[in-house]
Amino acid sequence: MRERRCVEALNGALHELFERRSDVYLIGEDLLDPYGGAFKVGKGLSSRWPERVITTPISEASLFGVAAGMALRGYRPVLEIMFGDFLALGFDQVVNGISKYREMYNEQVSVPLVVRTPMGGRRGYGPTHSQSLEKFLMGVPNVTMVAASELHDLHGLMVDAVEDDEPVFFIENKVMYGRPNRRPDGGYLDGMRCVEGPGPYPSLTFSGNDFEESAATIVAYGGMVPHALEAAVELIVQQEIFCEVVALSRLLPLDLDPVLESVARSGSLVTAEEGSLTAGVGAEVVARVNELAWDDLRAPARRVAARDGIIPAAPGLEAQTLPGTAEVIEAVLARQAART
Amino acid sequence: MYLIRRFEETLLDMFSAGLLVGTTHTCIGQEANAVGVIAHLDPQRDVVVSNHRCHGHYIAFTDDAPGLLAEVMGRETGTCGGRGGSQHLCRGNFYTNGVQGSILPLAVGIALAERERGEGAVTAVFLGDGTLGQGTVYECLNMASLWSLPLLFVVENNRYAQSTPAELAVSGSIAARARAFGIEAAELDSADVLDVSELAGQAVERVRARGAPSFLVLHTHRFSPHSKGDDTRDPAEIERLRVHDPITIAGGRLDHGVRQGIEAECERQLQAAREAGEAAPAAGAVAVQ
Repeated sequence: MRERRCVEALNGALHELFERRSDVYLIGEDLLDPYGGAFKVGKGLSSRWPERVITTPISEASLFGVAAGMALRGYRPVLEIMFGDFLALGFDQVVNGISKYREMYNEQVSVPLVVRTPMGGRRGYGPTHSQSLEKFLMGVPNVTMVAASELHDLHGLMVDAVEDDEPVFFIENKVMYGRPNRRPDGGYLDGMRCVEGPGPYPSLTFSGNDFEESAATIVAYGGMVPHALEAAVELIVQQEIFCEVVALSRLLPLDLDPVLESVARSGSLVTAEEGSLTAGVGAEVVARVNELAWDDLRAPARRVAARDGIIPAAPGLEAQTLPGTAEVIEAVLARQAART
Repeated sequence: MYLIRRFEETLLDMFSAGLLVGTTHTCIGQEANAVGVIAHLDPQRDVVVSNHRCHGHYIAFTDDAPGLLAEVMGRETGTCGGRGGSQHLCRGNFYTNGVQGSILPLAVGIALAERERGEGAVTAVFLGDGTLGQGTVYECLNMASLWSLPLLFVVENNRYAQSTPAELAVSGSIAARARAFGIEAAELDSADVLDVSELAGQAVERVRARGAPSFLVLHTHRFSPHSKGDDTRDPAEIERLRVHDPITIAGGRLDHGVRQGIEAECERQLQAAREAGEAAPAAGAVAVQ
């Protein structure tokens, strides 16, 4: 059977949710068929449920609050923000509203909304349509942030998100949409053993030697997951260095258990993200691991991230800015050299 | 109105006496707007979304002065258990938030939800002239009109955004801003609660019947500081405004004995609320084992 493309998996999940629950709405720009949203994740929904797909003016500063208002009154809106970069327009609603209502109103309310938005570059869209801004959400309490990757169960992640009673930021990835949603087969993927974490938004931990001794734990999410996995495979094939890859899907609250478990085996941590380096997701992972598992570490952690700067439009310049497989390999080898 | 007036005067006294911490924004002088509009709303069905200057709206809609006083006093028995304070309140169908312009989108979402529920609820959102500087206001007027939302916008134009007079912050016509989006708008320059009530009653009825938004501009006067002790206006100017006192206007129509009875009952309620607040445990106090 042909593997479903990621966009089809996400779209299928939304169709299932719309069928099953009358309280689910999709709100955002350019959602109506035949267009079906800029990246087509909402395709077909407006034809089947015209009353529950609300196409909007270009008003991101307000749309987050509109979704919050619906959620406060018992609905489960899914807000599509066309590009993750536009989160910046809605940040007041995120910081001063969505993340506050439940706790600020003394647990009298919940805000079960989902904000779906694609992040990531490698499409040549330039500085304001290519960023990975998860780091800004990392500092926001009381929200869930899920980073989907092409190796996760995308259908399951979307169902978990819509049925979550907390506000969920569901980060998709632009490169991922058109690719197959590859899933482990019999516990293996690309020759690597794969173990899925417990609960909603499960992590995936990959090992090339059945979780025997490993040289490093590579923590990645979203668009960096395939790069991290490719780096791990290349290190095995070319250098006989075995690493584990922890592919997180829940960044908030940070899903630390699979990271700590893997670091206990490897003694070394490399984080990989497409966002820029300073104060990134990797910084938080490293700080937590240092606090909780210092004794397990045999080398300083290392972060792989984008250069602190813009993401240029020209493919050659963009490639110089964003980290890829080579940078992950380089970081692991640097850890090998530093290892005590 | 008298309860709201005395409630807020009590708050300012308690702040002056060092009995309260944090902040407050009183609506002294503007009470007729809250009472005149909210008289036409059903707290069981309709929704009110308010702003930092929310005490009048809250008391008019929920009749819960004790909960609000306890909240400002930081007590466990407060409306939000002491977490929200003066300007972050939620009770039943009442919501406030303290960021200018934040509440409009929330009100649009609530009105959209209520439109979908189809039970005829009207959502009223109160904003001030200062908030008209926020871009979200115009995004929300646009969406409310496009989506035929049962949403009543109430602009209380007290002519000052904190310390900045409207001449320096608001250009053109306020009502025309709404009309440009195809939303019907009406204006009133009166501190008489009966005038406010008549206009608001018509507006609420039309919103409910037509399922379309409406926009009221209530020109009003704030006698009190923006917050507390931060009034830089000429005291003589404020004194001149007092001819627009809604309490004096409405009270003047009452029989002397009736008025005295209302005032005594409000004082009694306030005293009871203050005593209850003082007796309640402070939020965040460590329990003694």
